[in-house]
Amino acid sequence: MRKILFPILGLALLLAWPFVAEKIGSPALITLFTRMMILGLAASALNIALGFGGLVSLGHAAFYGIGAYAIGISTTHAISGEPFLGLVSGSNLLIVNVLVAVVVSGMAAAIIGALALRTSGIQFIMITLAFAQMVFFLFLALKAYGGDDGLTFRRRNALFDLNMRDDATFFYVTLGFLLVWLGICARVLHSRFGLLLGGIRQNERRMQAIGVNTFRLKWFAFIISGMGAGLAGALMANLGRFVSPDLMHWTTSGELLIMCVLGGSGTILGPVLGAFALIGLEATLNTWTEHWQAILGPLLVLMVLAFRGGLARIGGRKP
Amino acid sequence: MTLVLEQLLNGVQLGVMLFLLAAGLTLVFGIMGVINLAHGSLYMVGAYAAALAAKMTGSFLLAIPAGLAAAALTGMAVEYLVIRHLYARDHLDQVLATFGLILFFNQMIILLFGRQPIFVQIPPFLSGAIDLGLFPYPIYRLCIIAAGLLSAAALYFLIQRTRLGMLVRAGATHREMVQALGVDIRLLYTIVFGLGALLAGFAGLMAGPLLSVQVGMGEQILIMTFVVVVIGGLGSVAGAFWGALLVGLVDTSLRAFLPQIMRGFMAGSEADALASGISAMGVYLLMALVLLIKPKGLFPGHA
Amino acid sequence: MKTMRMMAVAAAAFCAAGAVQAQEPLKIGMITTLSGPGGYLGQDIRDAFQLAIDMQGGKLGGVPVQVLVEDDGLKPGQGKQISEKFMKTDKVKLLTGIVFSNVALAVVPDVLEDGGIYVSPNAGPSNLAGKECHANYYVVSWQNDSLHESAGSNANNLGYKKAFILAPNYPAGKDALEGFKRAFKGEVIGEVFTKLDQNDFAAEIAQIRAAKPDFIFQFHPGGAGIAFLRQYQQAGLLDTVPMVVPSPSMDAVTLKAIGEAAVGVNVSAQWNNDLDNAANKAFVEAWKKKYNDRPITYYASQGYDTALAIGAALKGTGGKVDDAKAFRTAMLKADFASVRGNFKFGNNQHPVQDWYSMKVVKGDGGAPIIKTMGKISSNTGDFYAKDCKL
Repeated sequence: MRKILFPILGLALLLAWPFVAEKIGSPALITLFTRMMILGLAASALNIALGFGGLVSLGHAAFYGIGAYAIGISTTHAISGEPFLGLVSGSNLLIVNVLVAVVVSGMAAAIIGALALRTSGIQFIMITLAFAQMVFFLFLALKAYGGDDGLTFRRRNALFDLNMRDDATFFYVTLGFLLVWLGICARVLHSRFGLLLGGIRQNERRMQAIGVNTFRLKWFAFIISGMGAGLAGALMANLGRFVSPDLMHWTTSGELLIMCVLGGSGTILGPVLGAFALIGLEATLNTWTEHWQAILGPLLVLMVLAFRGGLARIGGRKP
Repeated sequence: MTLVLEQLLNGVQLGVMLFLLAAGLTLVFGIMGVINLAHGSLYMVGAYAAALAAKMTGSFLLAIPAGLAAAALTGMAVEYLVIRHLYARDHLDQVLATFGLILFFNQMIILLFGRQPIFVQIPPFLSGAIDLGLFPYPIYRLCIIAAGLLSAAALYFLIQRTRLGMLVRAGATHREMVQALGVDIRLLYTIVFGLGALLAGFAGLMAGPLLSVQVGMGEQILIMTFVVVVIGGLGSVAGAFWGALLVGLVDTSLRAFLPQIMRGFMAGSEADALASGISAMGVYLLMALVLLIKPKGLFPGHA
Repeated sequence: MKTMRMMAVAAAAFCAAGAVQAQEPLKIGMITTLSGPGGYLGQDIRDAFQLAIDMQGGKLGGVPVQVLVEDDGLKPGQGKQISEKFMKTDKVKLLTGIVFSNVALAVVPDVLEDGGIYVSPNAGPSNLAGKECHANYYVVSWQNDSLHESAGSNANNLGYKKAFILAPNYPAGKDALEGFKRAFKGEVIGEVFTKLDQNDFAAEIAQIRAAKPDFIFQFHPGGAGIAFLRQYQQAGLLDTVPMVVPSPSMDAVTLKAIGEAAVGVNVSAQWNNDLDNAANKAFVEAWKKKYNDRPITYYASQGYDTALAIGAALKGTGGKVDDAKAFRTAMLKADFASVRGNFKFGNNQHPVQDWYSMKVVKGDGGAPIIKTMGKISSNTGDFYAKDCKL
């Protein structure tokens, strides 16, 4: 029962949230929750590689950032009217841009994954970090697209005739994307592919022995995971109408990992829960004291020590 | 030619600093299997404690033991309170908990010392430059090189020739066996962690007069240290040594020579910007290359 | 009759409510950087801003004010989140405080679009100074490029000819070198971009030694600047190849961290704690009384001036910020005694002010101080003002 009950309650709360936020006089909470959902989507994307594929990537900020930059670059080209690299013109349509973002970040994940998957364990953590750092420094030095200052664009991308400027509308658009993504996750993970992936996580050698091409499966998982992160980046770029290399800083990768672990890696809803918990905690502590990190730090440590397996598994079965 | 020699010396100096940090990290990983993101915080603790001691006593020589002791004690306390509970966990939990420690340490330093970078005097007898015949070179940097190489030698002796070192080596390859032979593995772990912290603190207190002692100084060097450890091969102190020298030399020479080379192909300021971009990515590129050729690093420790 | 009385009661209640509201302090939102290595900049701005309020008895321009402060952590996204909360939940109209340009570029356009007013105490990025200038956007500190142009002029005045210049490889660093070259009349014989998070400069220092310039210009704010200067001095170069820096590379805090090694460095800035004017003396005295020997930085002076500028505007509008036009009229008069002496707003609402040449010398007590040597230029505006159509 509770397996269905909690998600439905959560969804109901989210659907009602913009009205609640207006009622209690804090409309800023709408965008805060939009941010949480977007980061939840990113964490859930990371979770495909991490929780289901057992691939600990400390470089997902790269895909997240690339997705965001795809939006930023396409939109600024659409505004200026100059084609990108003199070839392709930019676009101002959300659907087009999101597709571009997902494809581009998927390609990046395909390249990085193909190289990184030759290693495993800590080396895998570090090589993904290394690639992400290279991407970070690349965008930092890219003066044509703002470098450290980033890119600002005035309007969110258009979706049908919706008033995207309205934060509540964008909230529901984001919620829509999140639900679609979670649906895809559930589909993929319960498919033959998902089961094989789980098998690899538990014992790769055995899977190889029964004739599974484990490298290819892990590679696919990594690519899907990168595409999801790119989707999240695309939404984040639209939320803030702003992109900067700050999105790809290694601490972003770290935070995504924390969300997964906090919420429960290897569960479908856990990472989203983790994102809500972490961002909510940060936002609350920041209003209490400027030394909020002195509280958040030990709290994280305690949570690791106390809750094994993450929030999504509290009271549930052991992982 | 003299410029090349000077730059090589600079590379070695950066290398030995990295080694001091990497040695602790790789030992802790090799023996306990723990990734410690908060290793940079211990470096910071060493630097702050030494700066404080130097300010209170006015003596650089007293600052050295203060910095070492503070870092080692903090390290052992962290091991006792937090890390000890993470041995059986997977790397993810370790990353999460030690990330929390970073936040905590940074904020505690702000509460205790404020946000302003603090002053550290270079000891008068080590200031200035000495003429090496071909070019003048700062005495302090030469001292860092000497101290780093000495530490490396001492560590080699400790690991290869003492009983503790034997346990460390055995622990790195056959953890369960060591435990089964009745060694107090908990104590060994605490000692090893303290030793790693001590080395990090040593690097921190030496970096104090050269760099700036401020909040977040640990994270700046942490990633570079991880690069070294991974290139060298996790768990291998010798690997950390050679990895550190390699990274130090590659990083320095890219910064020093790439702009000139690039200027041969393109306009001045574009070449500078591009060269700087490439050298910023240089060490990561190096790591990626090494891992693609040798996925376990240059000197792999245990399997 | 009954209805009349009811209305009277309602009116009285309404008036009372109005009176209560009038006494409620005006909220000013301060988004600033308090965590990380750049945290002291935000801290100084915040504390000096509050100091100005305290000195006026909890008011600015006779209007009671309350400052809401939150830490952006040098993350543009977080800055945006805070500004949204300030404007929508706390109904704040007037914002200030951002230290770093990348945060300002993310936050300021949104604030302006939502009808807010932003007064910058520090960052003055070029993107917002020229064509994109805005009627409700004021900069009290400086336009970023002015810092480096003043350093270039300073080098001209000092008679230097051959320059070697260095800055980190990111837009602010590139702007620094551009700005310097715009004003410097001599020859640039070497140009080096350092890494953004670099703090060991041995390789660059060796290149400088080999190039033998008359002087070097370097822009490395915060910790990297401290490291650079120390290493430069330890290499024995500071005596033979002098250094010219803009103010962010040598403030009172970095000076305290470097100590005697900094003696001889040439700095240029729009303010110094030894400037001889009444407003400055009052400010320095109040700061010392409250914070004892805590160094007093340019950022503090800018935070203080920002508070005074806002106070003058509030006085002009009687404490109202809803009418942005009236606020603008009052603000642009700049009817306050700035701690830097001459101060007015240019057509792009950035400062037109004097720049001073300074040098680090040994102070009376032994600790080095930044001493004002003379004026570099008077009533100087910025390069981008001509593109602003306000």
